[in-house]
Amino acid sequence: MLSVPCPWCGPRDETEFSYGGQAHVAHPAEPDALSDHEWSDYLFVRDNPRGPFAERWCHSAGCRRWFNAVRDTVTHSFLAVYRIGDPVPEIS
Amino acid sequence: MTAAPDGAPQEHPSWLWRNPDPKPSYDVVIIGAGGHGLATAYYLAAEHGITNVAVVERGWLAGGNMARNTTIIRSNYLWDASAGIYEHSLKLWEGLAEALDYDILFSQRGVLNLAHTLQDVREGIRRVNANRLNGIDAEWLDPQQVADVCPIVDISPDTRYPVLGATYQPRGGIAKHDHVAWAFARAADAMGVDLVQNCEVTGIDVDRGRVAGLRTSRGPITAGKVALCAAGHSSVLAGMAGLRLPIQSHPLQALVSELLEPVHPCVVMSNAVHVYVSQAHKGELVMGAGVDAYISYAQRGSVHTIERQMSAALELFPIFARAHVLRTWAGIVDVSPDASPILGLTPVEHLYINCGWGTGGFKATPGAGSVYAHTIASDAPHPLNAPFSLERFTTGALVDEHGAAAVAH
Ligand SMILES: Cc1cc2nc3c(=O)[nH]c(=O)nc-3n(C[C@H](O)[C@H](O)[C@H](O)COP(=O)(O)OP(=O)(O)OC[C@H]3O[C@@H](n4cnc5c(N)ncnc54)[C@H](O)[C@@H]3O)c2cc1C
Ligand SMILES: [Zn+2]
Repeated sequence: MLSVPCPWCGPRDETEFSYGGQAHVAHPAEPDALSDHEWSDYLFVRDNPRGPFAERWCHSAGCRRWFNAVRDTVTHSFLAVYRIGDPVPEIS
Repeated sequence: MTAAPDGAPQEHPSWLWRNPDPKPSYDVVIIGAGGHGLATAYYLAAEHGITNVAVVERGWLAGGNMARNTTIIRSNYLWDASAGIYEHSLKLWEGLAEALDYDILFSQRGVLNLAHTLQDVREGIRRVNANRLNGIDAEWLDPQQVADVCPIVDISPDTRYPVLGATYQPRGGIAKHDHVAWAFARAADAMGVDLVQNCEVTGIDVDRGRVAGLRTSRGPITAGKVALCAAGHSSVLAGMAGLRLPIQSHPLQALVSELLEPVHPCVVMSNAVHVYVSQAHKGELVMGAGVDAYISYAQRGSVHTIERQMSAALELFPIFARAHVLRTWAGIVDVSPDASPILGLTPVEHLYINCGWGTGGFKATPGAGSVYAHTIASDAPHPLNAPFSLERFTTGALVDEHGAAAVAH
């Protein structure tokens, strides 16, 4: 089981969290202006990298707050956690 | 190595195919020697006479999901498009041992999909009716009939998720996954296909919109056509050609018990409580879980997923309470937004894609291989895979099989 480092509560068991998929996917500012292809991209296509991935978690059975994390999808280790709205931290 | 040394067992897999070095150039290179890659190579050679073909594999032959799945085979999906491709596959399964001259232990022992809620019941009956209209064997069973087919299922009304009925496909069943891979590999190899192991694709070269070749850990290979068959790694490979796919890679876990006397006569699946169970020929109970929520390429998942799956199994099969888990494992599955595969052309000329089978592509091994080979040979989709194009996510013509695929397949 993953140990998820909630920025407010510290490391807690994965079972306390829900997963929110890729972070930083903004709703299109002008949906009407999108082509079908761009709309499809927004609806269905997400990054799926082998390696570091910026994603959302919610500590749903804890403080109930959303946050972002950069996690390596091969090692499962959390490289950074940061607040919603903050930019992706540089990972060295 | 071409022949077994004297006294060695004749059918050992390492003597079923050559282990060639890659040639500098092929008409078709297939990426990924899982079930789908091997079947595709076989049908390219057997049905289209295309034999200047390599299947390149980063690890060893059929060590990915092909070695990790729970081998359930059925064709009782809801929509016409799905019924078409899965039933085509099931028909091929029915003649496969003969076609490949190899015992694949295909056992049509019947598949039950249990219903635990009124919604499950309505959905199940609808699916049985849809299946019948498509000529697929399907029956709706009440709880007593479920117990007649599978006496060890607890059908008492006082369980947490009582069994309210089930869909039943008598022609569904299981097969021995390793044998299936070896049989396709041996047959493809015999027709001249190079099965190249320990050969990781690290780049795909595209020249003016058309695929030109590959870079691999064993040197560059030029290719007239390139066909992706990389399951959980499809996004990584498509990315090498500049494509983004509507695919997310998740761990999917399974487990086996120690060997037991035969107790479980068929295949039982339950979407609501997230477990699917059969008993392998050797005697172990084989059980699959739902996917882990997070994106992963690690071929391992979280233990609470296994725990949940086992509690579901115990709820349905109280008799399993004393069985012991022998081992658990995970594969990386390529999940698509509508729980249906993506099989066809790509925006890059002569680059083809077969992915998105997610938790349920073993059953499609021969069917997908045959229509994919057609797609590659004629540079146009076969009618059976035309609905499963990558464009459907732009046109909106999704093939939503979440009901039939549900947790697992
Ligand atoms: C636990 C589990 C249970 C399942 N149960 C069922 C079931 O009961 N019924 C069912 O129908 N389906 C089931 N599935 C799904 C099924 O296993 C897959 O859909 C199917 O095996 C995918 O096709 P494949 O066999 O070609 O994939 P794989 O065997 O995964 O083949 C893909 C190959 O591509 C190779 N590859 C990846 N990247 C590269 C690269 N860069 N260069 C070269 N090679 C590369 C990989 O090493 C791998 O060997 C299950 C899956 C899992 C994990
Ligand atoms: Zn918290």
